[in-house]
Amino acid sequence: MKYIDEFRDGSVARRIGAAIAREALPGRRYSFMEFCGGHTHAIARYGVADLLPGNVRMIHGPGCPVCVLPIGRIDMAIEIARRPEVILATYGDTMRVPASGRLSLLKAKAQGADIRMVYSTADAVRLAERNPAREVVMFAIGFETTTPPTALAIREAQAKGLTNFFVFCNHVLTPSAISHILESPEVRELGTVPIDGFVGPAHVSTVIGSRPYEFFAEEYQKPVVIAGFEPLDVMQAILMLVRQVNDGRCEVENEFTRAVTREGNAKAQALVAEVFGLRRTFEWRGLGEVPYSALRLKEGYAAFDAERRYGVADRSVPDHKACECGAILRGLRHPADCKLFGSACTPENPLGSCMVSSEGACAAHYTYGRFRDTSRRVAAGAAVT
Amino acid sequence: MCLALPVRVIELRDGDRGVVDLGGVRKEVSLALVDGVSVGDYVILHVGYALTRLDPDEAQKTLETFAAAGLSPEPAAP
Amino acid sequence: MRRRGFTRALDFRHGQVEMTHGSGGRATAQLVEELFVAQFDNEALRRLDDQAQVEVPPGRLVVATDSHVVSPLFFPGGDIGCLSVHGTINDVSMAGARPLYLAAGFILEEGLPLADLRRIVESMAAAAREAGVPIVTGDTKVVERGKGDGVFITTTGVGVVPAGVNVSGTRARPGDAVLVNGTMGDHGVAIMSLRENLEFGTTIRSDTAALHGLVAAMLKAVPDIHCLRDPTRGGLATTLNELAHQSGVGVIIGEARIPVRGEVNSACEFLGLDPLYVANEGKLIAICAPADAQRLLDAMQAHPLGREAAIIGEVIEDEHAFVQMDTAFGGRRVVDWLTGDQLPRIC
Repeated sequence: MKYIDEFRDGSVARRIGAAIAREALPGRRYSFMEFCGGHTHAIARYGVADLLPGNVRMIHGPGCPVCVLPIGRIDMAIEIARRPEVILATYGDTMRVPASGRLSLLKAKAQGADIRMVYSTADAVRLAERNPAREVVMFAIGFETTTPPTALAIREAQAKGLTNFFVFCNHVLTPSAISHILESPEVRELGTVPIDGFVGPAHVSTVIGSRPYEFFAEEYQKPVVIAGFEPLDVMQAILMLVRQVNDGRCEVENEFTRAVTREGNAKAQALVAEVFGLRRTFEWRGLGEVPYSALRLKEGYAAFDAERRYGVADRSVPDHKACECGAILRGLRHPADCKLFGSACTPENPLGSCMVSSEGACAAHYTYGRFRDTSRRVAAGAAVT
Repeated sequence: MCLALPVRVIELRDGDRGVVDLGGVRKEVSLALVDGVSVGDYVILHVGYALTRLDPDEAQKTLETFAAAGLSPEPAAP
Repeated sequence: MRRRGFTRALDFRHGQVEMTHGSGGRATAQLVEELFVAQFDNEALRRLDDQAQVEVPPGRLVVATDSHVVSPLFFPGGDIGCLSVHGTINDVSMAGARPLYLAAGFILEEGLPLADLRRIVESMAAAAREAGVPIVTGDTKVVERGKGDGVFITTTGVGVVPAGVNVSGTRARPGDAVLVNGTMGDHGVAIMSLRENLEFGTTIRSDTAALHGLVAAMLKAVPDIHCLRDPTRGGLATTLNELAHQSGVGVIIGEARIPVRGEVNSACEFLGLDPLYVANEGKLIAICAPADAQRLLDAMQAHPLGREAAIIGEVIEDEHAFVQMDTAFGGRRVVDWLTGDQLPRIC
């Protein structure tokens, strides 16, 4: 597969790994946070950590929009789905997220709610067209990558004069989350881990461009390197971050030049700006309330807003008391440090946000890395995170 | 929400839609978010929508940067 | 065929399954005679008893049963009919047994077109004939419209294991070789290509096939095969985890050694799926002593259903019974059990 296979070449990976080991200053620790869930998954799946020297480590940030979706919002989706006239359309990732009362969308479906998995928002619009007597609600989640598709779907529904298509909007914003990690009040409580730089998200950046990150680099004096989706991209970005730290630079660099420009996709941005506005605040699972971090439908598109139509009340549902997700999302704790990890909390029965989707730090570690906890002697000579 | 793929556009259809190919598998997708797509272009596809065009020259440059990173011979496999 | 006073022949062109077909009366008898017996056509069935009395050669008796609820009923490379024949023949074969007879139970949904039912039954008959394993008895029930998915089929198979063959999931030992007979993931991708909302054009066909001939050839070359199992739901990864767990050993496989068709890889990329977890219906995993591995591989590759057979890994000592994989990228990772249903990701 072109533009995929070449970026997964193991021998090239080892060479880049060797370069990182050469250039990382001995006696200095480097901690980089990868923000994008896809990066967390790639790092785990390809064992990128095995190729890094011992003094360079990756911290898994809250870049998985499924993981940061609070329980309360899933409860609302289930409430909407249970209405007999509603067909709830959802992406596959959200089906198993645990909600209150030991429910999930999958379980609600088993109990009779009409919940259907779709690959694309366009499928949801088609469902509305084909089922005029029903009301189709798209359970919209995702960062800036997934927001333009939702905007397009709403515009398409509008153009077709559909009155039975609605969106339950849970779109969240990347830059706000990064800010929040760096300076939230909880940081005082939990302490903070020095984050030396960020690996910026791949596909979010194709939409928003590299410009929005310039603020962070400037304000917080942290380098940002936007990395492509494949393991070689991630490794190259880590090398670039090591170099920035060594040089004392705090710039935004773009490793993913084949798909990301400084301005991003202006057409997509304009479309999103037309349909969506900012929520003053929004709860992120594991992070609490984050200001100006999420979107809602603008007044002009109120007719498509599921929250308005069904009058479902927003509610905040706390996580399990022993759940360490808040600390893990900030890099203060490792999944293996959590008392619930691997016993009460597993991918099959996730209790916290980090275990919910395959990109969460805990899920990734459970699926790919936990054998290292029990048999570190196996990987003789390889770096262990 | 980052699962997106570079795919090749093999056919353009009405209503801003097109057919893309990845290693022999084809799918009809929306091209509404990217202007001026031609057959033969590569685009980044996410949940049924093309997000941007992929620049083949930049891709080549990136691969060359990877190659340049290893100035010393490849170490033994772990 | 003796007609028992059926006033009109079954209308296979325009007819549908009705509740009366399951009531046990004349309509049922007509369906059984004009469709099932006519198609499956063997001595035991022709007697029209409620059970089959059959000859069984000496050896240990093996029994296996499988229910088939696949949707859609028809897919590239097969249908629920031949799938139900192959699936149970394979279950019996995985014990190293020679499959002898099949029984088939049908739960039909009211409204199922008789044309579809006939197509399915014809397919089953052809699969059974080709495999040399007759369907000697069966049962039919009908449920109301909306209470079934067209048709559910349960097949039960019996076979005998000859003396000297001892295949069991508990017999994998450190040092053993792990082999597969061909490409992984074809069936699951063929099915998903038709499901609503996941359509894409692809030439992938289900690999559904009866494996007993291949197994016989394998046992002839290596009578002491330790384990055999077919990686159906949950795919290669899940099945290897089962075997590792049963035998109390670890397994290490090499990603580059596992045969996967290019288009299956691409389809899985599209959907965010891992081919290791996608179902197969004409594939098996074999585990044998290292000294036997090459001979076993040669025997598999000499058979039409094993042309792309490969040694994909080995068994190691591991108290945790992990399945690990050396990735093409160069690292090593754990390949865990499947968690729930592998739903396509967008993340």
